[in-house]
Parts: sequence; structure tokens; C-alpha cells
Amino acid sequence: MSVSFALLGLLESGPRHGYDLKRSYDEAFGRDRALHYGQVYSTMARLLKNGLVEVESEPGDGPDRKRYAITDAGITDVAEWISRPEQPEPYLQSTLYTKVVLALMTGRDATEVLDTQRAEHLRLMRALTKRKNDGDLADELICDHALFHLEADLRWLELTAARLDRLAAQVRP
Amino acid sequence: MADQPLLTADDVHLSFGETRALQGASLHVYGGEVLALMGPSGSGKSTLLHCLAGILTPESGSIRYGDRDMATMSDSDRSTLRRGEFGFVFQFGQLVPELTCQENVALPLRLAGAGRREAHRQAASWLDRLEVPDVAAKRPGQVSGGQGQRVAVARALVTRPKVIFADEPTGALDSLNGELVMKLFIAAAKETGAAVVLVTHEPRVAAYSDREAVVRDGRVREQEPAR
Amino acid sequence: MIRGPRRWLFELGLGARMSVAGGRAGWFRLGLIAIGVGLGVAVLLGAATVPAAIAASNARTDARAIDNFDEDVVKGDDTLLVSRTGTTFGDYAFSGEMLQAEGSRPPLPPGVTRFPGPGEMVVSPELDRLMREPGNALLRERWDAEVIGVIGDEGLSGPAELFFYLGTDTLSAEDGDPRIEGFGDATIEQDVVPIFVLLTLVGMVVLLIPVMVFMASAVRFGDQSRDRRLAALRLVGADAAMTRRIAAGETLAGAVVGLLIGGLLWVGEILLANRYGTGALSFYLSDLRPVPLLVAVIVVGVPVVAVLVTLSAMRRVVVEPLGVTRMSVTVRRRLWWRLILPLVGLGLLWPLYQGIDGRSDYEAQVVAGMAFLLVGISLLLPWLVEAVVRRLGGGSPAWELAVRRLQFDSGTAVRSVSGIAVSVAGVLAMQGIVTGIESLYNGSGSASAVRYGMEILPGTDLPERTWTAALDSTPGVLEYQTVRMVRAGDDATLRIGSCPVLQQFARLGECRDGDVFALDGAAPGATYTLGESGSSWTSPATTRVVDSKSDVPASGATVLVTPSAISGVAVKPDNTYFYVALDPGAPQAVEHLRNTAVGLDLQAYVFSYANSTVRDALAGMRDALLVGSIALLFLIGASMIVNVAEQLRERRKVLAVLVAFGTRRRTLSGSVLYQVAIPVALGMILAVSVGTLLATILMVAVDAPLTVDWFGIGTTSAIAAIVVLGTTAAGLPALWRLTRPGNLRSE
Repeated sequence: MSVSFALLGLLESGPRHGYDLKRSYDEAFGRDRALHYGQVYSTMARLLKNGLVEVESEPGDGPDRKRYAITDAGITDVAEWISRPEQPEPYLQSTLYTKVVLALMTGRDATEVLDTQRAEHLRLMRALTKRKNDGDLADELICDHALFHLEADLRWLELTAARLDRLAAQVRP
Repeated sequence: MADQPLLTADDVHLSFGETRALQGASLHVYGGEVLALMGPSGSGKSTLLHCLAGILTPESGSIRYGDRDMATMSDSDRSTLRRGEFGFVFQFGQLVPELTCQENVALPLRLAGAGRREAHRQAASWLDRLEVPDVAAKRPGQVSGGQGQRVAVARALVTRPKVIFADEPTGALDSLNGELVMKLFIAAAKETGAAVVLVTHEPRVAAYSDREAVVRDGRVREQEPAR
Repeated sequence: MIRGPRRWLFELGLGARMSVAGGRAGWFRLGLIAIGVGLGVAVLLGAATVPAAIAASNARTDARAIDNFDEDVVKGDDTLLVSRTGTTFGDYAFSGEMLQAEGSRPPLPPGVTRFPGPGEMVVSPELDRLMREPGNALLRERWDAEVIGVIGDEGLSGPAELFFYLGTDTLSAEDGDPRIEGFGDATIEQDVVPIFVLLTLVGMVVLLIPVMVFMASAVRFGDQSRDRRLAALRLVGADAAMTRRIAAGETLAGAVVGLLIGGLLWVGEILLANRYGTGALSFYLSDLRPVPLLVAVIVVGVPVVAVLVTLSAMRRVVVEPLGVTRMSVTVRRRLWWRLILPLVGLGLLWPLYQGIDGRSDYEAQVVAGMAFLLVGISLLLPWLVEAVVRRLGGGSPAWELAVRRLQFDSGTAVRSVSGIAVSVAGVLAMQGIVTGIESLYNGSGSASAVRYGMEILPGTDLPERTWTAALDSTPGVLEYQTVRMVRAGDDATLRIGSCPVLQQFARLGECRDGDVFALDGAAPGATYTLGESGSSWTSPATTRVVDSKSDVPASGATVLVTPSAISGVAVKPDNTYFYVALDPGAPQAVEHLRNTAVGLDLQAYVFSYANSTVRDALAGMRDALLVGSIALLFLIGASMIVNVAEQLRERRKVLAVLVAFGTRRRTLSGSVLYQVAIPVALGMILAVSVGTLLATILMVAVDAPLTVDWFGIGTTSAIAAIVVLGTTAAGLPALWRLTRPGNLRSE
């Protein structure tokens, strides 16, 4: 899910070949898990089908030298995805990280991304807190578990927000 | 929730020497709501709280409480306002060490001119409400941190203020005690209808709020109040 | 790792450095400690100097003393006749010896190089200077003698002594004038009035004790901020013993600087004493050498005591790496052992209730008793403050804040106040006794102004007519009366004189010539055998018993007789006194009268009711004491300011929170005022009680009438009030600074 948006987002800065896309992705997001080349092509195929990208064929090149470009619909889709808060859940960082970096790369407001996410997290935390305070001990323990994880996410968000300048300098050389 | 904000900060600027603490901060506090002020340390959230409470006077911009502009009020008028309409809870070290807990709670009433007996009666009932009736005769140095904060909450509530300003009220407590203080605090505030401005960097504490505002670099990003 | 003494030195040095590391506050604290210790040292060194100086001075007066009792000296070529004499000029009192050589080789008194013949005199430099002053013509005329020399230092008690040797040819061994063959007396003459000895000792105790108390509290100035610094050291690994040594180092720094300051102050003291000392209290610089042993004790003892005080103060404090815990909670002060010292003091002073006449071993007892009683105050005060404050309650928030603060920790406040209390009690005791003695010497006030202000007591038997003729021709004499004294065995004294002069001795009411009055135990109808004449006289049944006036010291049963009542009896008076009224418009009249008296009879004693040098000396002593105490009070005030400021600083957070709550500054400053005023007021109550008690005992001891020294109580109370207000006022800027809105921020 987030891989397709990430690739789509990477195209925003200009059309690229499939191989360039893989390399850019690996540089920006693929710290532990490099993208398989086949994954790029299958994703691109799907995006192409949905009209989010188009192919600019360069004369005289083979089929593996296709250049992909983002369509207007694609740009709208990326924008919508980035600004939409994620459902707060554990192990969200990779998606959030992708969003933040993309926002920075594409000149969008990364702080806004984090604040929106914070609001969403807090909304859930409020609900959990309420349930916890109204419920029995079992509720309390279950809610606390979720709350501590959400809190960790939120702390990460805050920390990221505090380091946005440095991150921006890195991803936008 | 009321339509008119109870307390409004509008484009507030304030510096401490070279340090610019607030650079155009604006904020609304509505009656009866719990508003969390979040943000990284040094962002100016405590300074904003002090401005809202009339403890600090902004260099420019206005702080309005109801229809009164605090910038134009004299120091003694603002003191009177704080005595009657506001309550405060701080992180720690706020109780007068040589007074008993009950006397500490009664103090704001006494400062406002209440009789000793009546003030002590109300103080006792608030200590009861915050589930620390047995610390009444003890000095702050003889009670635990969590008990002390509950005494501080009782002291903030005893005058039935319109707004309670809480600056990291659980900052010095472990999570269990912090949760207990927050639970009792917010429940009591809701009961009296007091608005709470809660400065905290702890998300779990902020989760007791109705909405949050984020202070960053002296400016506020305020969440719209829920309608 | 360094070990042993070097390590200790390092730690002491670290403490010394830390004592000034706190910037201005650190220097201020060190300065106060040093000044406190310095003052103490100065007073101690002064006390150590006085005995040596007096001894040196006494050694010289002993060397020139006359041995009155050696009657075996036979007239020879090297003998001379002597007689003590003295007079007063203005405020100056002179004493001297009349010398009459009986041969060609008379012994020379110490410091005299040429023996004065009849009509010649040798004077002390100070007297020489006085006589040369242009305005003192009457002094130059007093002795009809030429000044032929000046007495050298070795023959004087001190540079300011007014002393002279007067050559004469009027003495005779038959009249009882002593014959000597040399100066100097192994048996020390006791020249000083016991009261003065007592007063001097009391004065020294009164000044010493509060200085000691002040010193003890001075070394504890700012110990709370020091404890915080030590806590920081604990955090980086200093152990408890090390922190104590470092604290000792801090105190030691202050004590050593204090010793230097004390030394300088002492030099100032002796220069002043040398320059301005008068009468018996004038000393040559070479006399002013403190007793070496005492100096050693001071130089070693003061720093040691300072360190011990610091360590004992730290005993109740646990300095932990994360802060300072005080163990003062719940230790209620006990009364019983605090009563021991004052009770012992009272016990020691009790014998004084019988009076001090004829006893010579009372000094040590009095001094010890007073010291115990005064030190007892500083012990009783903490208990008193705690006991009273514990019962206080209610009141305004300001009052409540102050009272609770004092209940929480009254030690700091009490330490400063006990200095005030001790010195006030001492001043009151001193004032009380001075007032008492004043009334003894001076009557109870100007209401009983005497008609005849001067009294001449002749020392030789001159015809009454000689005196009256001389008085008639003395300028400024308005009128005079003669009173003849006749001793009737051991039973009573008759005073024969006219009604106006007898009025001076008692409240007679109506008086006509022929009346007789009995006072001080004399009864009507008693028969008296009259002195040398041996004739007897019975006081008539109409004799009225009357009250004596306190103007004149009592002298046993006395019968006042008008001349007609005794006209038929042959009377040979033992003494004839002349009571003289002077023209108040002629200021020099008294000096003319003295010149007349000296001209007729060098041994005559001229007594003035109006001008008593005793009273002046007492008043001077009291004033000096008062000034010293006021200075001390202000110094203690300064130390209280430090305490208040420190305490406020410690509570800046709470203060800021209280201001956030909307507490009025009036409330906060009110609580500071109460905090200072309550202990001071309690201290004053205790001081006034003990001081008055002490004064009563001392007044009884010297047989002075009992009076309550309202003036002293008023003055010292007013000063105490000023100290309270001043301390509070000085603490307010710190309060304002600490409650500035920005202070909540600094967390």
C-alpha cells in the first residue's frame, strides 16, 4: 500500500525509469528491505491501469527502459494520501516516515502531516482513556497497553517534528 | 460548549532578553473545556500559560478574559482576578512547606477574605473529594508526591475558579500516580465546570483533554473545538 | 590519590575557595562572618589587654604610693612628711601629694627629678597643659606655687592622669601627717571604689556575651546555601566526612579573615584608648600589650570554636547527594536543662542581696553569675519562642504564614535574636544600676534642688572665723551657713545649724529656731554625751521624727538641732562644715570657692551637690555601653537581613506560586514582618524581665534605691523595633525580586 504511494510520490519530482525508481526508493525508504525490481514493475503496472501514471516511451529503447510519469490524478492521490492521518496502530513508523519524507521531497508541509497525525493519535487516546476510566480493570490494562504504544508513536512524532529541518536538508540535497 | 471563548490570546509576542518566547501566539480557551498545550520544551507553552493567567504581560498582542483586556489591568487587579477566577497547579514545590495540607488548601480562600473556619471546612471537603482526607493535618514534606499533587489540585479548585492553569501537573510523578491525579483532577474540574489549560509533554496526560493546541517556535497551532 | 593531612588541607582549601565562589552573595556572606568574628576578636583582645594595662598602670602607682602605716620611721635627713590632697576644676578632678622635706636629702618620687620646695610644684604633663590653657586662670591661681617641673611617665598611671606634687611647710607629724623615707608600698592601696570595679566587670560581661552569641550565629550565616553547595559535592562523590571538612574550611576562611579584622580593630581600639583615655583609664601605648597567653587562646580558640559551631550545626543536617534533609522536625525543645544555667547564675548572684560591703571576693562570683544569667537567656529564648509560637494560631493569612514558618523552624530566627536579647538584658542591667547609683548620688530629681549647692569639709582645724572671712570675700558666694557636727559616742550624730540648712537634710516641715528633729533612728527624749567636751544633752520631748532626704548618704542616727535648742550646753564640734549657696549667674563662682578653700586648707574637701564626677563617670559608662549595644543591634539587624533574604531565596518557588494565586504583596511583606517581629518581641520580653531582675539584684548589692529603668526599656525597645522594621524593609527588595512574574519560569 505505502510502497505504491511512495513510488507514485517519487515520480512527482519528474519522470523516471523503473530502475531509477527502485534506486530512489531504496535510498529514501528501503533501509532494511530493498525493493525487488519485479515489485516496481508490478506496482507500476497497477498504477498504469488505474491511470495514476503514464508511460513516456523513448524511441529506440527496449521495453525495460520505460519512463514513468505521474498523472494529475496521481498527484491528487498522493496529496490525499499524505494528508490523511493513518489509523493509529503499532509499528506505524514506516508509513509515517514515508509520508514525512515524501512531504519534504515534494515541498508539502511535513509539520502539518505530523500535527494531523498527532491529533488523530490523541483522538484515539482520548477514547481509550475514557474507556479505561469508565471500565473495569481488564479494560484498564488493555487500554493502557494500547495507550503506551500510542504514546511511543506520539513521542516519535514529536521527535521527528523537532528534527524536520535536518531531515529536509538530507532528503532535498 | 460555549460559543464565545472565555480566554483569548491574540497575536501575543514576548521575549526574555534575546530569547523570543512567543512570536504571534493566538489561542482560545472555552468555558468548561480541557485544553492541552503541547509542544517541544522551549517552545513557549509555559510562557503562554503564564500570559493567559495574567502572570506575565505580553509585549504586544492582547489577552482577553471575557470582555476585559488583561494588558490594561493593573497588577493588583490581575492579582484579584487570579485570586477569584483562576486556579493553579504546578509540577512540584508549590505547597507552602510550613503550612499543613489543609491550611494550604484553605489558603486561597483566606487570601480572598474568607473566615478561617469556613475555609478549613471547604478545604477538608476538597481533600475528601480528591481522596486524600488523611493528609489534612500533615505538612507537605510528610506526604508523597502524588498526595501532594492532589492537595495542590484541591487548592486550585477550592475557590471554584473559572479556569485552572496546570503546568505539567504530573511531571514529577510516576505514571500510575500521574494517571490517578489526572483522573481525579479532570473529573473534579468537569464537575465544577472549570476550564483547564493543561501544559504537558506527556501524551497520556494530554489524552485527558478535550482538544489540544501545539505550541511550536512561539506560535500556536490550535485544533478546532469540537462542536 | 592523596591521603592524610595533605588531603585534609586540600578539602579545607576547597571549602575556603567555595566560600567565595558564590559571587557577590558569597563575598557578602564571608564578609559578614569575618566582621562578626572580627568584632568578637576585637572585644576579646580588648578584654585581654585591660588586665595587662591596668597591671602596668598599677605597678607605677604602687611605686609612688605612700606607706601610711609605717610609724617606725624616725625623722632624718632623708625623710619627708606627706599628705594626700585633691581638687576639682570644672569637670576635671586632680589628686596630688603635699611633700615637706625634713632634711637635705629627701627621697624623690618616681618621675620627679627635682624636689619641690615650699611654693613649688611638679605636675603631670596633662595638668601642665591644662594650666597653660588661656581660659584656666583660676586653675593657675589655685595653688600659690610655681611649676618647676613635669612628672615623667614612670611616675604616672597614664598619659592623661592629672597629678601633682606640691611642696609645702605646713605639715607636721604631730597632726598625723605620715612620715616616709621612700616612695612605694608593698601593700597595694585599694583606690578604686568597689562599685566601679563591679560596673566595669559587668560592662565587660554585658558586651562580651552578646558578642560571643553574635559570633556563634555569624559563622552560621548563609549555611543553607552552603549546605546546597555541599549536596552538589556529595553528588560527585564527596563522603559525609569530607563535606564536614569542606564546611569547616569555609568557616575557617571567615574566622581567619575575622581574626585579621579583629586585630586591626584592636589596634584602632588601643590607639583610641591611648588618645582619648582619661583619668584612671588612660594608658601609655606600651601598657597596652595584651596578655600573651590570652592572645594565644584567642587566636587558636576563635577558629576552633567557629569550626566546632559549624560542625555542631551540621550535626542536625544530613547532606545527601540529592539535597539537604534537616532532622529538626519533632525534636521539641526541653526546658529543664535550659533553666540550669540561669538558676546557677541567680544562685551566684543571690549573696549580693546582702550587699557587698566589706567583701572582696565577690567579683568572680558576680561576673560568673551575670554571665550564666545572660548566657541563660540565649538558652531560654529558643524554648520560649517555640513554646509561645506553638500556641499561636489564627489571625490573618500573613500572620498564619509567619507563625507556621516559625513553628516549622524557629532556630534561624532565634539565633540572631538571642544576641539582641542578651545585649538588651545586659544594657538594662547596666542602665538600671547606673540609674540607681545616680539617684543615690544625686537625689531622685531636680524637684529637690538644694538651696546650698556646695559643701566645704575642712581638713585642718582653722578657726571658724578664718573661713567665714574668706567666704565673705569670695566672689559669687550668695550666702553660707555653718553646720557643726558633734558625735555623741557611737549612738548618734548631732548636726547643729539654722533652719534653712537643716532643711537640706530632711523634710522638716515647719522649722523655728529652738526646734529639734530626729531622723534615721534617733528618738525624742534621748540623752547624748557630746564628743570631747563630755557634756551631756537630752533631746526635748517636742523633738519631731522626720524623714531624711535621700540627697545625702545616710550616716546613722542623726539629730538635727537648731542653735537655740542647745544654747545652754558647752559644745566643742568635731567638725565644722560650711554650706554655701553660689550665684547661679556666675559660672566661675565654684572655681573661686575652690581656690578659696585650697588657699586656706589644702586638705579641705569641696563637695558639689550639682556636679558629681561620679555621676558623670557613670553616665559616660552607660552612654558607651548604650552606643556599643546599638552598634551591636544594628549588626545583628544586618545578620537578620541575611537570614531573611536567604530564607526568601530558598522559598522563591513557593513565593512565585503564591503570587500566581493572586496573593497580595502586602500579605507577603506582612508575613516577613511578623516573622521577624515575633521572635524579637519575645526576645525583648525575656530580655527586659531578666535585665530588670539583674538590675534589681545589682541595685540591692550597691544599696541603691530600686527603680525600674523605663528609659532604658523604652530606648532598647525602640531600637529593637527599628531593627525589626529595618530588617523587614531591607528584606522587601529581595521579596519583590523573587516574586517577579518571570520567576515561575526558572524551573
